[in-house]
Amino acid sequence: MQSSRDGVPLTRRQFVAAGAMGGAALAVGCAGTKQGNWDFLNDPQARTLAAICDQIIPADDFPSASQAGVLTYIDRQLARHYRRHRNAYRDGLEQADAMSRKRFGQDLAALTVPQQLEMVSSIEKENSGFFNLVRSHTLEGYYGAPRHGGNRDAVSWKMLGMAEPPVRGRAQYDQRKSPAS
Amino acid sequence: MKRVNAVVVGAGAAGGIVAKELSTAGLSVVLLERGKWYTANDCRKDDLRNQRTTLLGNAFGPEDEGNPRVVFDPKSGPRTFLPSEGGYQNNAACVGGGTLSYGAMAWRFMPQDFRMRSIYGAPQGSSLEDWPITYDDLEPFYDKAEYEIGISGDYSGSPFFGPRKRPLPMPPLAPNREFQILEPAAKRLGLHPFHIPMARNSVPYNGRGPCMRCRWCVGFACEADAKNGSQNTVIPTALATGNCELRTECMAKEILTDDRGRARGVAYYDADGHLQQQDSDIVIVSACAIESARLMLNSKSRLFPNGLGNQHDQVGRHLQGHHYTGAVGFFDFDTYDDVGPGASIAVADYNHGTPGLCGGGALCNEFIRLPIQMIERMPVNTPRWGLKHKQAMRNFYKRNIAVMGPTQPIPSADARVTLDPDVRDKWGMPVARISGNVHPHTFEIGVIQAQRSEAWLKEAGAVSTLLNAGKPTIVSSGQHQAGTCRMGNDPQGSVVSKACQVHDVDNVFVIDGSVHVTNGGFNPALTIMAIAYMASEELVRNWKGTGFKS
Repeated sequence: MQSSRDGVPLTRRQFVAAGAMGGAALAVGCAGTKQGNWDFLNDPQARTLAAICDQIIPADDFPSASQAGVLTYIDRQLARHYRRHRNAYRDGLEQADAMSRKRFGQDLAALTVPQQLEMVSSIEKENSGFFNLVRSHTLEGYYGAPRHGGNRDAVSWKMLGMAEPPVRGRAQYDQRKSPAS
Repeated sequence: MKRVNAVVVGAGAAGGIVAKELSTAGLSVVLLERGKWYTANDCRKDDLRNQRTTLLGNAFGPEDEGNPRVVFDPKSGPRTFLPSEGGYQNNAACVGGGTLSYGAMAWRFMPQDFRMRSIYGAPQGSSLEDWPITYDDLEPFYDKAEYEIGISGDYSGSPFFGPRKRPLPMPPLAPNREFQILEPAAKRLGLHPFHIPMARNSVPYNGRGPCMRCRWCVGFACEADAKNGSQNTVIPTALATGNCELRTECMAKEILTDDRGRARGVAYYDADGHLQQQDSDIVIVSACAIESARLMLNSKSRLFPNGLGNQHDQVGRHLQGHHYTGAVGFFDFDTYDDVGPGASIAVADYNHGTPGLCGGGALCNEFIRLPIQMIERMPVNTPRWGLKHKQAMRNFYKRNIAVMGPTQPIPSADARVTLDPDVRDKWGMPVARISGNVHPHTFEIGVIQAQRSEAWLKEAGAVSTLLNAGKPTIVSSGQHQAGTCRMGNDPQGSVVSKACQVHDVDNVFVIDGSVHVTNGGFNPALTIMAIAYMASEELVRNWKGTGFKS
């Protein structure tokens, strides 16, 4: 199934440029004609997942996982290459909230940051299969290529001090607009 | 379909060369390739989907859908793998094969690498053997490969290689920062560092420009077309003769034989899934070690009930690749300069001559590590996630060097490719099943090689190191896969002659890494190419129109 995002007639470079102008505007634009913001997740699942992802990569002077678009990455892949992990996410997120309600009386997303850290540490111990999946996907989304929805505006590459835009050749999307430096 | 002189199965490193050599000699050739022909517009710099990091799939085949393999682990039994999973041991499926997206290290093996058994004796339980050819036999063809494919680099810093008639056709790329850090350290240790030979233009060559030194190299196709594989050298030459037809997305089913036991052509599935038959005078199998063995085993008939060339149960055995070990060193100054391809410096001091070890391997600095490739390679005791992991990425991403090397595997007859009894591919053919392991001495060498890497990094100023020396339970073949149709003089202990001609069937040849008796302590691509040139020359010399001179 193709998401409406693929229908947006932007080249990758324009897409990244649009992201630089305003992440919020982009998020709205991406929703397109689809119901809700997500290809697979529902909003409560997304809130819980964001809480976990942001413990795996918290914000410092550079964005957290969810701020860099990691949820978009994971959601898109759950509708595509990672379809096989759908059940693991559905069950894992439900379990995470159940654990959180049992210990703190609220869903994971509603807890304070130190409580969330405690909960995510518990999930790592008690549901390691699910945790390792989310950890891998979070790191992929954050440090991988921006074309998949995470690492918005190549923010992690900038964080690591890599030249952006980098040396490029003659691929078609570069012929439309030459690199800025 | 019109009968041709030769069908070549597989348009990779070897198949492309064979097609070019035969078609320029006037033979009519059909070159079958299961994958597609990619162009510069397909050269996406996708860190998550390329031929090296395949989290979101393979960029250059095979597709995950319908191409499974089975790997038999002694601990957990058989498991089916998708092509984009590491356990599958994939190379590639496209025009150019692995050479479209490889790192392009293009080594000559050393003279000793062809005489491993004579030098070291065969460790008990191993199938270590000498090649039926020597380095000197292959030297003219190494030279030909270096000049036709286009290799840059400079061996002159190392006294350990065999004699050569002339230097490489292109100088090395200018040293990157890792080279500048590692070179003096190697010299202080008494080692002999030199510039890695690479199938990459450092200056304009063969009508194409030089490397633009981007960070996406190994695992990616080159968008500047400066990386040299069969897809941009010999295959276009073959097609230009008018004698060679390339058919892509065509999957060979079996080699057909007549009732006298000679091959009469190849049955294959075309891009639409229709079964086709191409008749020919000779058949050349160049499908890479695992798939070449599979095709031979799948070519069963009344006269060849166990598959072609398999009268003595040799097809598929001695599967090997390389056992990579090494270390990552972490520094308190920047080592990263964003100048690709990254890998630049090597030492070959440790390939041979250590008492108690059957060989060794080259040690090289790694290609540029993309951020995604660093997430598991942080200093010891770094937490796997959280702020500390993020900070470690920030602190060390540009402050690390990895030194690794391909330990020459000591082969074993038990490491092998067979046909899986249950699992079939999308065309209904039995898939390859990989089982067994190389001889355990390989892993002992690997540990020493990792310690040597660590010592080099520490001499270069590393403040801490992460040792990387595993002990896999399954043979690790992957992109360096070799050995499954061994070359030899004894028809009972090998599959092909030194001319790559199958012992049982004189008009079938296996020409690719399958014929390697041992796999050297180096990336095998240039050796595969040299053997393809050598075997092609012999084939053409003996050709007389529709068959061989007797």
